[in-house]
Amino acid sequence: MKALRIFSRNIRDSFKSVFRNFSLSIASISCITITLVVVALSIILSLNVNNFTKSIEGNVTIVAFINNDKDEKAIENIKQEIIKLDNVSEKNIEFKDKVEISKEMINDSEIIKGVMEDISTENTPVQNTFQVKVDKIVDIGKTAKAIGKIDGITNVKYGEEMIDQLVSVFTTVRKFCIYLLIALVIVTAFLIANTIKITIFSRKREIEIMRLVGASNTNIKIPFIMEGLFLGIIGSILPILLTIIGYQKIYQHFHGKMFTSFIKLVSPVPFVYYVSLVLLGIGMIVGMFGSWRAVKKYLKI
Amino acid sequence: MDLIRLRNINKTYKNGVTAIYDLDLTIKKGEFVFIIGETGCGKSTLIKMLYREEKPSSGKIIVGGINVAKLRNGNVYKLRRKIGVVFQNFQLLPKLTAYENVAFALEVFGLPKDEIHKKVVKVLELVGLKNKAKHYPDQLSGGEQQRVAIARAIVNGPKLLICDEPTGNLDPKKSMEIMEVLEAINKLGTTILMVTHDIDIVKQMGKRVILLDSGQIVKDYEEGTYK
Ligand SMILES: Nc1ncnc2c1ncn2[C@@H]1O[C@H](COP(=O)(O)OP(=O)(O)OP(=O)(O)O)[C@@H](O)[C@H]1O
Ligand SMILES: [Mg+2]
Repeated sequence: MKALRIFSRNIRDSFKSVFRNFSLSIASISCITITLVVVALSIILSLNVNNFTKSIEGNVTIVAFINNDKDEKAIENIKQEIIKLDNVSEKNIEFKDKVEISKEMINDSEIIKGVMEDISTENTPVQNTFQVKVDKIVDIGKTAKAIGKIDGITNVKYGEEMIDQLVSVFTTVRKFCIYLLIALVIVTAFLIANTIKITIFSRKREIEIMRLVGASNTNIKIPFIMEGLFLGIIGSILPILLTIIGYQKIYQHFHGKMFTSFIKLVSPVPFVYYVSLVLLGIGMIVGMFGSWRAVKKYLKI
Repeated sequence: MDLIRLRNINKTYKNGVTAIYDLDLTIKKGEFVFIIGETGCGKSTLIKMLYREEKPSSGKIIVGGINVAKLRNGNVYKLRRKIGVVFQNFQLLPKLTAYENVAFALEVFGLPKDEIHKKVVKVLELVGLKNKAKHYPDQLSGGEQQRVAIARAIVNGPKLLICDEPTGNLDPKKSMEIMEVLEAINKLGTTILMVTHDIDIVKQMGKRVILLDSGQIVKDYEEGTYK
């Protein structure tokens, strides 16, 4: 009962205080808001990049070219040998014959179409292939090499340079976002601590009297920490709305993908709600931490 | 029974000023004691150490059974609940009424409203301010504000009331009114320790008087012997 009474009094007082010190509250709130907007952007960016990386990894294929003098039986033998490799499972290997490939190439480009139409299917330079997906992307180089050694395979390709570059760019972006995020959160916490310090300075006497009449340190701290909590919650409203509405707009605008169909954006639901929760959490923690730091100064002798 | 016991107290401030020098003092429960002495002799420093606003550099302080010198910062509130403090400049919150200023001291403990009301009314009556409970500090005279401050200091029923020049800002008549209030509080069993420059008051009250000079007790007058 007693704890409840103190608690409800604290909530009431910290609510009042947010409005009593309105201009200072506005300063803290905008501070939180701006940070959280940037935080939201970097979370959305880094999670999407994460998603890109995954979808690219899922689409990376080793193409093994088969010597055109091999008959059906020989091809089947080669397939079994590839399946025997550690990094390959049966469901991830697919045979694509030269006719099919020629058609795809003709569809892709007018120039190739012109060239190919003059060449008969018998004399085509296009080879039969196996399209192989690996279980572990890191070992793709080794697997490709092993496939290349199999008798009847003339050549192996897996677009190593493009893939490696893309993945490394994405990794850099992701790292950058995370560092930015951490730095921002820390900077805001201290900014808020300073803003709230000014608020609290004007209430120094109140704190002194509370101490004098025997309020415990916790007792004094709680209303201020609550106040920080309120500021954090209020400050996260705008970033959350921006996230929920803005991201859905962007997603619709790009039809859920970037540049090519296999770089997919994370679909908005429930993604935006998770991000919102994270924003709310950061806002609350940063607000409370700021207040706590600010009031701590006045509780020492 | 001893309420306050100081042994070999030294206090040197960070800037190198030694305010209290090898001081011993014992005060019994229920006493009314004046502390007098020239400006800068260490009176305020001495009482600040009692309610742990300052820490002694060395020595032992016991107040109401609490080892004050060893008290951790987080436990200071336990000491403060046994002590009421009144200053020369009243220290009231300007945005609260007389009633609210006194109630403030109880609200921080989470007492129920009706209990707070009972205690505040009783103590405002004791200091003679029952009819001005709804006034804000700037609507009260200096003497009245000081009585609100005293009411706030004693509303918890502390064992010890410490006053640092409570009549410093008041004329002789208002000062005597405050002294009457303090006398009444003392009669109810609260030990009172009062720092003052007002020799007339000290002579008139006829209590124990401690004379301080350069951080040391130079004379300890028994009740009624200071003339
Ligand atoms: N916080 C402090 N830091 C450094 N020195 C201090 C501090 N407070 C007091 N002093 C010094 O300690 C000495 C004693 O000060 P104190 O306030 O105890 O005197 P006092 O007897 O209460 O004087 P007054 O009658 O003027 O109130 C003085 O020399 C003063 O300058
Ligand atoms: Mg003094």
